[in-house]
Amino acid sequence: MGGVVQRSPRFSELNDDDVRYFQEILGKKNVIQDDDKLSAANIDWMHKYKGASKLILQPCNTDQVSQILKYCNSRCLAVVPQGGNTGLVGGSVPVFDEVIVSLSSMNNIISFDKVSGILVCEAGCILENIMSFLDNEGFIMPLDLGAKGSCQIGGNVSTNAGGLRLVRYGSLHGSVLGVEAVLANGTVLDMLKTLRKDNTGYGLKHLFIGSEGSLGIVTKVSILTPPKLSSVNVAFLACKDYSCCQKLLQEAKRKLGEILSAFEFLDSQSMNLVTNHLEGARNPFPTSLHNFYVLIETTGSDESSDKQKLEAFLLGSMENELVSDGVLAQDISQASTFWRLREGISEALMKAGAVYKYDLSIPVENLYNLVEEMRSRLGDAANVIGYGHLGDSNLHLNVSVPRYDNKILSQIEPFVYEWTSKHRGSISAEHGVGLMKANEIFYSQSRETVRIVVYY
Amino acid sequence: MKIMVTIKRVIDYAVKIRVKPDKTGVVTQNVKMSMNPFCEIALEEALRIRESGLASEVIAVSMGPSQSIDTLRTGLAMGADRGIHVEANHSLYPLSVAKILKKLVEIEKPGLLILGKQAIDDDCNQTGQMIAGLLNWPQGTFASKVVLDKEKQVATVDREVDDGIETLSLNLPAVITTDLRLNQPRYATLPNIMKAKSKPIKKFTPEELNVEIKSDLEIVEVTEPPKRKSGVIVSSVDELIDKLKNEANVI
Repeated sequence: MGGVVQRSPRFSELNDDDVRYFQEILGKKNVIQDDDKLSAANIDWMHKYKGASKLILQPCNTDQVSQILKYCNSRCLAVVPQGGNTGLVGGSVPVFDEVIVSLSSMNNIISFDKVSGILVCEAGCILENIMSFLDNEGFIMPLDLGAKGSCQIGGNVSTNAGGLRLVRYGSLHGSVLGVEAVLANGTVLDMLKTLRKDNTGYGLKHLFIGSEGSLGIVTKVSILTPPKLSSVNVAFLACKDYSCCQKLLQEAKRKLGEILSAFEFLDSQSMNLVTNHLEGARNPFPTSLHNFYVLIETTGSDESSDKQKLEAFLLGSMENELVSDGVLAQDISQASTFWRLREGISEALMKAGAVYKYDLSIPVENLYNLVEEMRSRLGDAANVIGYGHLGDSNLHLNVSVPRYDNKILSQIEPFVYEWTSKHRGSISAEHGVGLMKANEIFYSQSRETVRIVVYY
Repeated sequence: MKIMVTIKRVIDYAVKIRVKPDKTGVVTQNVKMSMNPFCEIALEEALRIRESGLASEVIAVSMGPSQSIDTLRTGLAMGADRGIHVEANHSLYPLSVAKILKKLVEIEKPGLLILGKQAIDDDCNQTGQMIAGLLNWPQGTFASKVVLDKEKQVATVDREVDDGIETLSLNLPAVITTDLRLNQPRYATLPNIMKAKSKPIKKFTPEELNVEIKSDLEIVEVTEPPKRKSGVIVSSVDELIDKLKNEANVI
């Protein structure tokens, strides 16, 4: 949970004059000092990180964001930008008494070009709202993640969120065409291009993708959205060991190539957790035990040929014994039930007690070894589960315990970071650095690269 | 004993329905089609009866365009032994379906006919009742529990009615239509999908069965339900009561 951080005396403390100034530029109702709202905004959804901010500001436009930052900069007031507050690494909540700048009120869709599929919107748009807007237009978002009902696109971009469709549509560095951001001194950087090709110099916008607010606040986003394809098929498969999962991934990339849209895996411990803690979740293979489960989704334009292709692939994989058993969703509700088994793990973990979450990129061949090593390291003290986006070599290693316990934590960290570093992995695949991994960044970045961006 | 089950291909339950601009019906092009959920429950029940040794064969029947064969394949992958496809490219209404089904019953002679209580596309909820009438068989509609006694040739059916559960005893052969809580249908597993590919599907046309397709119904217009208006926050109880009285006219 990061080292002990001290509040720097360089930063001023909020006073009544500051509040009055903010009320003048934002109007009274957008300057929030209400205890209930503050306590919600001060804590992350896992209840792991808690700040003590006394003020939430809700700007309605870029100009107001600029005025806020300019003022805070001149007064030396610390600021934390906040979107949907769904982050997992303590990056979306104040550490001390920072002023919270909430983007929630900046939730307008500015334009959508039906020919190119380019959407321009404000940073506070909730991902799921954008999705339903696009759905009506016949398009989808290139990213989809469990937190879609609350998370905001500005936060997604600022943290370079990954999610379930990355294997198909790539990372946000590819689909975000432009951003508008406000720097700490109030300068508005208009990089809100709607072009796929633009080679005029540095790709400055990329610095803001994944910078977690450390360079400025993203206020608008322009994003390339793919058309919604009508034929979606979902299969849920059982594999006897991790090596089968790997071979299955290799085969899927070859044989389903252009229609493969997700390749997710979970181990039997994850499956047990979900079926024990989530109402209505049932194992599609109730009668036999399997060590691993794989969810494959295909998205294409032709229902019958896509289904034929997927069936042929699955039957072939059964004959080659890569798959021990499998079910194919026959309708959308079955498909959502299969997805629920994978997407519901986070929720099931929360119900099971306290959880230490690690989001790691590790070359596929070694990825599951870490889970096994961690399991033998912790023994009966914890339930170690592994799942994630196998198609992107992204492991979610989760250690479920009855309550947070520093003794267990010291068994996990720094071991998990050292192991990942040794295998040339990344200690944060898609969750970001936040407060949680601020001191651990050197496990994945060299001193020189960190120094060059003046990380302090 | 054979069990005959009807399965209908409909717009997937989870798809957002769009009305055609000319208001003659709903958009079905490029829309995901699946098996009617109530038919899935009917098929599941038939399979369970067969698996408990009370029936020897489950025959799945689907009527409609050639794509109905996909739905039949799903039924076969769930476990039906064979399929019958009655090809019809025009809209079929409950009475025509019941008449066709009667002919098929005469050919196959099943001891039990299980149907979904209604299809989610037209919500007619008539076919089961009509076929029971045409065959002069007893009917147990909206079944939430089915128990078969092979020796006495009796089916005991629980029905969810307004006052609670009504239990009926039907002499076989009989017609049962299924309600939502009867069972939870199984998934199509890969081995069963593979097996389904070699299961036979027999094809008929209404003409071959001597059934004339006609309808006494004419669809005048299909429109979307009115859009829900956004809510308002009232400032006092008095204002709420005033609005309920004078605007909503509910008190």
